[in-house]
Amino acid sequence: MSAQLNFEVPTMAEMIAKGEEPEILFWVGCAGSYDERAQKTTRDICKILHHVGLKYAVLGTEESCTGDPAKRAGNEFLFQMQAMTNIEVLNGYNIKKIVTGCPHCFNTIKNEYPGLGGNYDVIHHTQLIQQLIDEGKLKAEGGESFKGKKITYHDPCYLGRGNDVYEAPRKALEALDAQLVEMKRCKTNGLCCGAGGAQMFKEPEKGNKDINIERIEEALETQPQVIAASCPFCMTMLSDGVKMKDQDQNVKVLDIAEITARANGL
Amino acid sequence: MVSQILFIAITLAAIALFSYNVKKVIRNIRFGRAVDRSDQPQKRLMTMLKVAFGQTKMFFRPIPAFLHLIVYAGFVIINLEVLEIMIDGIFGTHRVFGGLGIFYDVLIGSFEFLALGVWLACAIFLIRRNIIKLKRFSGVEMKSWPRSDANYILISEILLMTAFLFLNAADSKLQAMGASHYIIAGAFPVSQFLHNLLPNTEAGLIVIERTCWWFHIVGIFAFLNYLPYSKHFHIIFAFPNTYFSNLEPKGEFTNMQSVTNEVKAMLDPSFTPPEAAPGRFGAKDVNDLTWVNLMNAYTCTECGRCTSVCPANITGKLLSPRKIMMDTRDRMEEVGRSLDKGGKGLDDGKSLIDDYISREEIWACTSCNACTQACPINIDPLAIITDLRRYAVMEESQSPASINAMLGNIENNGAPWKYSPADRFNWAKED
Ligand code: SF4
Ligand code: SF4
Repeated sequence: MSAQLNFEVPTMAEMIAKGEEPEILFWVGCAGSYDERAQKTTRDICKILHHVGLKYAVLGTEESCTGDPAKRAGNEFLFQMQAMTNIEVLNGYNIKKIVTGCPHCFNTIKNEYPGLGGNYDVIHHTQLIQQLIDEGKLKAEGGESFKGKKITYHDPCYLGRGNDVYEAPRKALEALDAQLVEMKRCKTNGLCCGAGGAQMFKEPEKGNKDINIERIEEALETQPQVIAASCPFCMTMLSDGVKMKDQDQNVKVLDIAEITARANGL
Repeated sequence: MVSQILFIAITLAAIALFSYNVKKVIRNIRFGRAVDRSDQPQKRLMTMLKVAFGQTKMFFRPIPAFLHLIVYAGFVIINLEVLEIMIDGIFGTHRVFGGLGIFYDVLIGSFEFLALGVWLACAIFLIRRNIIKLKRFSGVEMKSWPRSDANYILISEILLMTAFLFLNAADSKLQAMGASHYIIAGAFPVSQFLHNLLPNTEAGLIVIERTCWWFHIVGIFAFLNYLPYSKHFHIIFAFPNTYFSNLEPKGEFTNMQSVTNEVKAMLDPSFTPPEAAPGRFGAKDVNDLTWVNLMNAYTCTECGRCTSVCPANITGKLLSPRKIMMDTRDRMEEVGRSLDKGGKGLDDGKSLIDDYISREEIWACTSCNACTQACPINIDPLAIITDLRRYAVMEESQSPASINAMLGNIENNGAPWKYSPADRFNWAKED
C-alpha cells in the first residue's frame, strides 16, 4: 500500500469554519473513497495538490455518489435525487471549480449537473496534472525514473470519446520521457475496459470472453512495463486482466496520478 | 408525341408513388416523442456538410470510403444528366444541352469516367459482400432481406451505368453516321470502346439508343421508389439525420424533465410541478422514443461499423447496435402497416422491448459510445438502449439482481457499494 499521508486533507467544512475558500474542490468519488486500490490514487492526487501548494478541499463525509451508475443503469429518479442533493451541498459551499478523480464523476458533474442547477468549472485530474506540468509546477524529477520505460495508455470511454479528452493524460506521460506505445485501438477508436454503463456492478452477459480480457490482451501486445489508467473502474478491470494473464509480476497498472506522484518523489 | 406523353405519365406516377411512400415514413417517424433539435443551426449545418456531404467519418476505413465516394459522386453528378434526360423526355428534344459546346463535352466526358468508376466500385462491393464475405456484413440481424437488399442495389447500379454507357456509345456512333436528330454533341472517352459491340445499321443503333435511354430513366425512377423499402434510404436521410444529430458531448445523457419535476417536489414540498404530460418513463415501444431515434432507424445503412467496434459484440455477447437500429425500424414498419390496414397499430400486444430487443441485449451495453463514434452518419443506438433500460428499471423494476442491489446501496448509503457513509473519508486517515 502506498505510503499514508503526512499531511491533513482539508475538508470544506473546516475551511468554511476558518472563513477560507479553496481554489478548487477535489471530488473524490465512490471508488476513490472506498476501493482500496483507488484510494491510493486518491491519496496521490492529494499529494500532488499539496506539493504544488494549490489550495484545495474535499467534501469528506458530505460527499455522496454522483448518481452516474444509477443513470447509466436507467434509474433517472435515483440519479436526479443524488444530483440535486449534491448540487445543494456544492452550491451551499459556493463551489466554483472542481477536479475529479474519476471520468464518470467528471462527465456527470460537467455535463449533466448544469441542467439541474449545478454549474461548475470541472476538470479531470489528468487535465489538472497537464496544467501543472505546463506551468512548470510538476517536473517529473526527484522520484522514480520512467525514462525510456514502455508505457501504454488506456483511454477511458467517459474521458476520451465521452468528452474528447485525449491529450492531457498523454502529455503527463510524455513529460516522463517515457516511451509511449499506443494500442491498436486507442483514442476515438479505444476499446472499453468493460466496466462502464453500470457493468462494474454486475456479472457480464454470456459471450466468448470478458471485455477486460480482450482489452488486456491488446495492451500486452505492446509489451509494456506499465499500463497507464486514469479511471478507477478501468484500474480494476485492467488489474484483474493482468492478474488473469499471470502478468502482474511484469506489468504494473498505474493511474496517471500515481505515476506523476512517483516521478516527482511524492 | 406518344413517347412524350408516356414519359410524362411515368414521371408523374413515379413521383406520386414516391411521395406517397415518403409520407408514410414521415408518419411513422411521427410516432416518436418531441425533442427540440432546432438550436445552433450553424453548427448543425456544418455538421451536415462535413459528415453527410463531405463524408468525413467514412475515412476511418479508407478503402470502402474511396469506393463509396465514387458511387456517391456518381449519384450526385450523374443526376445533373438526368435533368437533360427529363427535358428531352418531356419536349421530345435530343441532348438539349448539346449547344453548350466544349462545356458539354467536358460534362459528358467526366460522367463517363464516373460511370465507369461507379461500375467498378459496385462490382468490388459485390465481391466484398458475396465472395470475400467481410465479417462486418454478417451477424444475426443480417438475415436474407438485408443481404439481398444490398445486392439488389449494387446490381441495379451496375445495370444503370451499363445502360448509360451503351446509350452514349450508340449515340456517338449515330452522330458519326450523321443520323438526323442525333446532333453532334458530347465527348465519349469511355463508351467509344463499346462501338465494336454495336450494330452498324442506323436502325439497329436507334433501337439500342432508345432502349438504353428508357431503361436508364425508368431504372432511376424504379430505384427512387425502391428507396423507402431499403437501407438505401440513407442517400436521402443522411442529410437531415446529420443535421439533427446530437451535438452534446457523447458522455452526456439527457436529464428527463418529467423526473426533474417529481424529484423537485419530493425534495421541496412547496414546489408544485407543472401539469405533467402523460407518458412513460423510458421506452417500451417505438412511440416512447424520440422522432430523432426513429429517423436514425430509417437512416441506418446496416453497414455494421457500430457493431464491429462494440465491446459487447466483439466478445460474443448478444448485443449488436446495428440490430437495435434495424429492430426499431422493423417495429415502426410493422405498426405502420397495421395502421394502414386499419389494424391495432401500437396496441397489437407487442412491443419493441422483448418482442424485438431482448433484455440480455440491453444489459450488455457498457455505454462506451464506440457505436456512436463509428457511425458514419451520426446515428445514436445508445440513446435507444438507455431508454429501454429506463423503462425496465423505472416502469417495471426489472433489472438484474446485482443492479438492484447497487441501486439500493446508492439510495441508502450514497455509494454503489455497501459501505457506511461515515467511512467515506477513511482513506485520508493515518492509521
Ligand atoms: S455504447 Fe453500448 S451498444 Fe454502443 S458500442 Fe458501446 S457497448 Fe456497444
Ligand atoms: S447505426 Fe450507423 S454504423 Fe451502425 S449499421 Fe447503422 S449506419 Fe452503420
